[in-house]
Amino acid sequence: MTDVPAELRSGRFDHVVDVRDVVVVLGAFPALAGVSLTVDRGEIVLLSGPNGAGKTTLLRACAGLVPIERGHASVLGLDVSTERDAVRRHVGLIGHHNGLYSDLSVAENVRFWGSTVGASSAEIATAMQRMGLDGRLSDLPVARLSAGQRRRTALASLVARRASLWLLDEPHAGLDAEGRDELDSVLRAAAAAGATIMVASHELERAGSLATRHVRVVAGQVVPVSGGAA
Amino acid sequence: MLRTAKTIAAKDLRIELRSRVIANQVIPFAALVMILFAFALDSDAVLERVAPGLVWLATIFSVFFIVARSFALETADGALEALRAAGVDPMGIFLGKTLALATQLIALEAVLVGASVVLYRADVSASGGVLLVTTAILATVGLASVGTLYGGLAAGAKGRETLLPLLLLPVVAPVLIGATRATESAFGTNGIDVSEGWPWLGLLAVFAVLFSVVGAVAFGPLVDD
Amino acid sequence: MTTRVARDRVTGTPFTRGLGIVTIAGIVWLVIFGLFVTPADVNQGETVRIMYAHVPGAWLAYLAFIVTALSSAMYLWRRTRSLTWDRIAGASAEIGVLFMGISLVTGSLWGRLTWGTFWTWDARLTTTAFLFVTYIGYLAVRNLGGTHHQRARRSAVLALLAVLEIPLVHFSVEIWNSLHQEASVAGNTDVTMDGLMLFTLFLGVIVFTLMYVWMLLHRQRALTLEDMLDDTGLDRALAARRTEAGVS
Repeated sequence: MTDVPAELRSGRFDHVVDVRDVVVVLGAFPALAGVSLTVDRGEIVLLSGPNGAGKTTLLRACAGLVPIERGHASVLGLDVSTERDAVRRHVGLIGHHNGLYSDLSVAENVRFWGSTVGASSAEIATAMQRMGLDGRLSDLPVARLSAGQRRRTALASLVARRASLWLLDEPHAGLDAEGRDELDSVLRAAAAAGATIMVASHELERAGSLATRHVRVVAGQVVPVSGGAA
Repeated sequence: MLRTAKTIAAKDLRIELRSRVIANQVIPFAALVMILFAFALDSDAVLERVAPGLVWLATIFSVFFIVARSFALETADGALEALRAAGVDPMGIFLGKTLALATQLIALEAVLVGASVVLYRADVSASGGVLLVTTAILATVGLASVGTLYGGLAAGAKGRETLLPLLLLPVVAPVLIGATRATESAFGTNGIDVSEGWPWLGLLAVFAVLFSVVGAVAFGPLVDD
Repeated sequence: MTTRVARDRVTGTPFTRGLGIVTIAGIVWLVIFGLFVTPADVNQGETVRIMYAHVPGAWLAYLAFIVTALSSAMYLWRRTRSLTWDRIAGASAEIGVLFMGISLVTGSLWGRLTWGTFWTWDARLTTTAFLFVTYIGYLAVRNLGGTHHQRARRSAVLALLAVLEIPLVHFSVEIWNSLHQEASVAGNTDVTMDGLMLFTLFLGVIVFTLMYVWMLLHRQRALTLEDMLDDTGLDRALAARRTEAGVS
């Protein structure tokens, strides 16, 4: 499903995500004060930590969305600062917003995102199916969906776009217990199929059930968690 | 890039078809502006003279709303940022949104010209009609390009409701001037002959070409982080 | 020790101090010549003296605009990308707005006194007014926030767009006026100038240019200090954040 993109297969890179001593400044505030982290293919890494710690900024830095003041970051072997557009094409970031058009249906949204990379209707159908969105839901306007369904629509767009690295910021927020379980099983399936996933979340219970690794972010830095290497 | 543009234009127009914001709100607004002008100026002779200017004035006021709407639907759920985050070609985004904007504008102008013919008793001959259509097309391309460019700049910015008109008004002045003069000839107001309108199309064409090219290039850097 | 620190915090240098003195001397000279020494105009009488402030003011407004555009281009050009260009552009725009305001007001007054109207829609005046509004928009965009480079990039693109737009506006108003003969009469600023008046006019242009350079240097340095303040704040905040996490 989300195999390493052909154009990158020939290139060598050690880690899907490779962040070294990265400093990110927002306005005058050092959101990331020197962060180092590596993530490998198929991992689901949980970033936990208090509000304002820098989890969101770390995700955005890996997505090439915030300028890196100092340090170095690469995704799939592509430098985040100099090869931003290439990085962005392979990365999917879903945060507080889902990036959906509320007047369009689920199918239309997924089809739209798929067509930005020229995905075939088969790929789009597959994407929707993997997220449990085929059937009754597919023609409903997004405005009428529950929070969990919208999340899954956003994830379906990532699949349709063939993103290899998924960066999810508080994906469980606003979901009921059933929604959360659905989300987790979908994410686990995606990682098993080759996607690399980083999840920022307050919910420490997820550490065991969802994540393969747990990293704690505090005050703009990564703090090692016992039992795992950062 | 062209595929991106088509996808985005189609998406924008589909949303409009679904939500009908422009059709149900902006076009009535523009028609209302025309009617209010008629009340304010209260003299058939004056109205006939200024009808061409009023059509384009009402159009330009409406551009603010259409552009604002075009980018509001992008910022509501972070879609524009998601598009840029996905590495979608900004030139394609620009062209797509400009195309959609232009389509909506043409629909608006058709209504306004019709309204002016009815309200202000404007008179259009066959050759005047050709001039009118050409004017509308060229002016629309210019307005749509500039609107998308500055709309992208102001999207999500604080004070954007007032920032957008502040930035756009000086820029669209040449379009207002050119389109008004050309429309005057098309309507035959003040005894101006249709043939005098064609040179103004040169101005409109320059503006349209200039800003669509520049817009395509400048849009990416402007909306990027 | 303290003197060196104090010197770092001001924007004056020996050069600007010298420049300032020369400028003040020039202003005094201009005032004397403009108000007293030069003769009144044959047609306009004493009101022609406004010209000595109005024309240089307009000249400066356009010079400032060109400087903003050029610095913006320099910032965007990859090889010379440096925030100094961005600050020059911003400082020049601020001064340009000031001089444009002066030019528009003095021009209005002059028009009122000489031809009885505050305003006329000739190409030059209209373009100046539009440039004024465009610049206010530019300054508004500069204050939208974000990192220094974000601000620089946005404003630079905007400034270059203005370079396109202003000739278009000028051009369209000019064609419009050439077809409608009405507006041309009041726009007639022909003043029969004798040698002394011409000299004073040039003096005015030079003095205003010196004023502009002086203000630009100071304002650009002040902007640099502001940006430096942001950065120093950053280093301090970085250190604070590190200790906060118990990592140094």
